[in-house]
Amino acid sequence: MELFKNTNYDFLGKKWPFIIASLVLSVAGVTSIIVKGGLKYGIDFKEGTLIQVKFANPPQDNKIRAAMLQKVKGEVSVQDLSGNGVVNTVEIQTEAKGQGEGEMNANQTVMRSVLTDTFGQPGSGKLDLNNTSVEELANRLRDPMARAGVAMSEQQLQTLVSNILGEINTRHSGLITNFDELRSVPGMNSGIINTLQQECYLAPFHVNTAQMVGPKVGAKLRQKALFATLYALAGMLVYIAFRFEWIYGLGAVIACFHDTLITVGLFSLFNKEISMTVIAALLTLVGYSMNDTIVIFDRIRENLKFSRREPLEAVMNRAVNQTLSRTIMTSGLTFLTVIALFIWGGPVLNGFSFALVCGIIIGTYSSVFVASPIVLFWHNYADARRKPTPGGGPAAPKAPVGGGPAAPRVETVRKNSTKAVR
Amino acid sequence: MQKNLTTRAVIIVVTLLICVLGIVGLPTSKADLINNLKTHIRLGLDLKGGSRLVMEVQVEDAVKGDGQQTIERLQQAAGKQGIVWNSAEVAGLSDPATVDDADHVNILIKGVNPGKAGDFRNLVSTEAPTYILTTLNSTDYSLRLTPSDLSELKKQAVQGAIDTISNRINDLGVSETSVQQYGQSGADYQILIELPGIDDSAHAKEVIGTTAVLWITGVDKQHDTAFTSREDALAKLGGILPLNEKLMRAKPRVRGQADEWYLVNSIPVITGRDMRSARAGQGDTPRTWQTSFTLSQDGGRKFARFTGDHVNDKLAVILDNDIVNVANIQERIEDSGRIMGLSTQEEATDLARYLRSGSLPARVTTVFENSVGPSLGADSIHQGIVSGIVGTLAVVVVMLLYYKRSGVNAVLALFLNTIVLLAAISYFHAALTLPGIAGVILTIGMAVDSNVLIFERIREELRTGKGTFAAVDTGFNKAWWTIVDTHVTTIVSCAFLFLFGEGPVRGFAVTLTIGLFANVFTAVFVSRTIFNWELSGRRGTEPLSI
Repeated sequence: MELFKNTNYDFLGKKWPFIIASLVLSVAGVTSIIVKGGLKYGIDFKEGTLIQVKFANPPQDNKIRAAMLQKVKGEVSVQDLSGNGVVNTVEIQTEAKGQGEGEMNANQTVMRSVLTDTFGQPGSGKLDLNNTSVEELANRLRDPMARAGVAMSEQQLQTLVSNILGEINTRHSGLITNFDELRSVPGMNSGIINTLQQECYLAPFHVNTAQMVGPKVGAKLRQKALFATLYALAGMLVYIAFRFEWIYGLGAVIACFHDTLITVGLFSLFNKEISMTVIAALLTLVGYSMNDTIVIFDRIRENLKFSRREPLEAVMNRAVNQTLSRTIMTSGLTFLTVIALFIWGGPVLNGFSFALVCGIIIGTYSSVFVASPIVLFWHNYADARRKPTPGGGPAAPKAPVGGGPAAPRVETVRKNSTKAVR
Repeated sequence: MQKNLTTRAVIIVVTLLICVLGIVGLPTSKADLINNLKTHIRLGLDLKGGSRLVMEVQVEDAVKGDGQQTIERLQQAAGKQGIVWNSAEVAGLSDPATVDDADHVNILIKGVNPGKAGDFRNLVSTEAPTYILTTLNSTDYSLRLTPSDLSELKKQAVQGAIDTISNRINDLGVSETSVQQYGQSGADYQILIELPGIDDSAHAKEVIGTTAVLWITGVDKQHDTAFTSREDALAKLGGILPLNEKLMRAKPRVRGQADEWYLVNSIPVITGRDMRSARAGQGDTPRTWQTSFTLSQDGGRKFARFTGDHVNDKLAVILDNDIVNVANIQERIEDSGRIMGLSTQEEATDLARYLRSGSLPARVTTVFENSVGPSLGADSIHQGIVSGIVGTLAVVVVMLLYYKRSGVNAVLALFLNTIVLLAAISYFHAALTLPGIAGVILTIGMAVDSNVLIFERIREELRTGKGTFAAVDTGFNKAWWTIVDTHVTTIVSCAFLFLFGEGPVRGFAVTLTIGLFANVFTAVFVSRTIFNWELSGRRGTEPLSI
C-alpha cells in the first residue's frame, strides 16, 4: 500500500492562508491569555493548597464550598472533575494570596477536618476506614480483635490491615460504601468484619491527592521550568545552525516557539490548567516539531546539492513533497498513540495528552508553513539585497562559483553538505 | 557478508538477553516473575502513590539556640569571676522569624560594670571564642557569630535535621524513602523527603515535623514526688523556685488523668543527640513492659557520672516541654540502660520512639507537598496501560498494513526499543514517572519516525528503478544523516533540560535520552540486520515486500 506517491503539491505557494491561520490562532490564544488575566496555572506553579476528593455519590459542590468558606482562610474554589472516566470527584483549592507556609499547612488540615465534619461522623468516636493509614487502623483494631476472640499475631494483624487498605485502594478506588465489599480480602472472616463495623465507619468520601506549594518553592519551580526550556531551545538553535545555516536554526526554533505559543493559547481558550506534567508535554511537542522540521530541512539540503540553479522555493516544495508520505505516516501514527492516551488515559494524563494532540497537528504543519517560509523569506530578502536592480542580469557580482540568483545560498549550504551525504 | 551477519546477530541477541535479564531477572515461577518485574521497574511517586515533601529547616532556631547556650555559659563563668550585668538576650529576630533572620541574630549584653570591662572581654574571648565582640557604649556590648562559624552552624542544622528525619522515617516502616538536601548546600535550607506508598501524609508530616527536643535530667531530690499543679508546687516550695530548676508537667498517659508536675533540673544531663538506639520489650515481671536504650560514648560518660551520683533519685525524660517518663535510678548506668515497669506495650513503644527520634536542631516547616493517594496512582497506571496498549496496537496494525513484510521489521525494532528502555531504567535504578512516560511516548514516536524515514527512502530508491540490494543500501545511508540530526538535536535539548531542570523535567530528559540511544541501535542496526538476513538468500531482482 502506498499513498502520496510522487506528489507535486505547491505547498509553499499556498503558505499565506496557513500563515494567516497561524497568526489568527496565536493572536486568539494571546488575547485569551490577556483577557483572562494570565494563564490558569496548576498548583505546582500557583502556590496554595489543593485536595482532590472522591465522593461515593454525586458531590454537592455548593455544600462543600459553603462549608469550606466558613473555616478556611482565603479564597476557596471547588471544581467538579467528573467526566472523562472520572466519577464524583472534586478538587478543592485555596489560593495563597499573601499567605505564608504556616497558614497553608493549617488550611490543609482544616480542609480535611471540614470534610469529616460535613460528611463524616465526627462524634461517633469511630475511625473513618475510607481515610486512614495502616498504622492508625492497626492500632485501632489491636485490642478489639483480641477481645472479640480473633487470635492474631502482630505480624498477621499488620498483613491483614495492609490487605484491607490495599483492597480499598486498588480495587475500589479508595472508597467503599459497604463493609461486605471487604469479604474477598485474604484472611477475612465474619468476626473481623464485625469488629471492623464496630470500630470503623465509612465516610462517603476519600481524599485522593493533597498538594501544597509554598511561595518559596513555587517561584523556584516556575523559574527553573522556564529557564530549562529556554536553554533547551537555544541549544537546539546552535546545533542546527552548526549543521545547516543559522537561518535554518532560527526557522526551526521560531516554528517550535509558534507551536508552543498556540498550544498554550489553546490551554487558555479551553480553560485548562498548566501543570508540571503539561510542561513535560510541551517539551515533548517541541521535540516532535523539531524532529519534523529537521527531516524536511535535511531533504532541502540534499536537494540543493543537485539542483543549484533551481529557485529555492521549488527545491523546498520538492523536499516537502518527497517527505510528505513520511510526514503523514509519522504524524498519523504518533497521533494515534496520543489520541488513545487522550481518550482512555484518565484525568491525570488529560492535560498532558491534550497538549500533545494539539501539538502534533500544529507541529506538523508548522514545519512546512512556518519554518520553511522563514528560510525562504530570508534568502529572497538576502538575494534582493545583493542585486538591487531586478533586471541586473543573472550573475550576482559576489558569486564566483555557480552563478544565478541562488548563488550565495548555494555557497553556504555546500560548505556543510559534504558532512551530510557520504 | 554472511560472517558479518552472524556477528550482528550475536550482538543483538546478547543485548536482548542482557536487557531481559535486567527487567525480569532469572525467575523460577510466575509469582517470582511478577515480583522481579515490580522490584526492577520502580514506579515513581505519582504513579505508585506516595508523598514528596520539601521542608525548610528554620536555621534561625539553631543560631538562636547557640546564642542562648552561650549566654548561659557566660553567666555561669561570670558568676565565678564576680562579673555582673543587668540583662543579656538574643536579639535580631523578626516576628515571625524567618531563615533570613539567622544572619542578623546577635547577643545583647547590657549594663556591664565599666570597671570590669577588661575582665568581661577576657571572659568572652575564652567562653565564646566563636563570637565577635562589638562595644556599643561603655556598658553595653553586642556579640555576633563569625561568618564562618555562622555558616557552619547553619549547615550543621540542616544536616542534623536530615539525620533526625531519616531516623524518624525509618520508624514509619516505609521502604525506599529518601531524605536529602534540596537546592544548594549552604545557601538553601531545604530538605526533600520522598515517601513512596505512604498512605497518610498528614501523619507522616506530624512525625517528621515534631520539634521533639529530647533531654534527660534529674528530678529535684527534696521534692521528687508529683505536684498536682503549678500553684500547688509553688505553694509547697514557698513561692521560690530553686536556682537552675524548673517546673514541668508530665504528659498524661490516659486522657482525663490528673495533672502531675515535677521540679526538674533545667540543665540536661544528656540530649537526643547522645541517644543511639532504643527498643521496647517485655519486662522481667509478667504484664510489665520496658524500654531499653543505648547511648553514645560521650553520652555514656556523662550519664554514668550523673547516675553514679544520684542512685535512688529520680530522672525525667522530657520531650518538647512535656515529661514523658519519670524513673527511679537504681544503679549507675553507663552507655546502656532500661526503663522498667511500664504498664502497656504502647507506652514502651512510644517511649522507645521518643528516645530514638533524637531532637531536631531547629523547627521544620513544610513548604511543598505533593501526596498522591495509592488509589489514584492505581487508577492512573490502569488507564495508562489501557491507552498504551490501544495506541501501540494501532501503530502495529498500521505499520503492518502499510509496509507489509518490512513492517514486521519496524514492529520488532519498536518492541526491542521498549525492552532496552525498560532495562536501562532498571539498571540505572531510575523510577518511572508520568513525565518519564512522556519521554517514552516521544521515544516511540521517534522510533516509528526512524523506521518510516528509512522505509520511505527505500521505496523512493526502488521507484527510481534500483535493484533491491542497492535500494536498501542507499535507503539506509541517506536516512542515516537525517536520523543523526534529529536525534542529536533532541539529545542536546535533553542535556539542557537535565542541567537546568527540576525533578519531573529531569526524569523526562533522562528517559528520552536513553530511548534515543536505544533507537539508533534498534531502528538502524537491528532493522538493517533483519533486512540483510532477509535478502541474503535471494537475488537482487526479487521484489521486496515494503
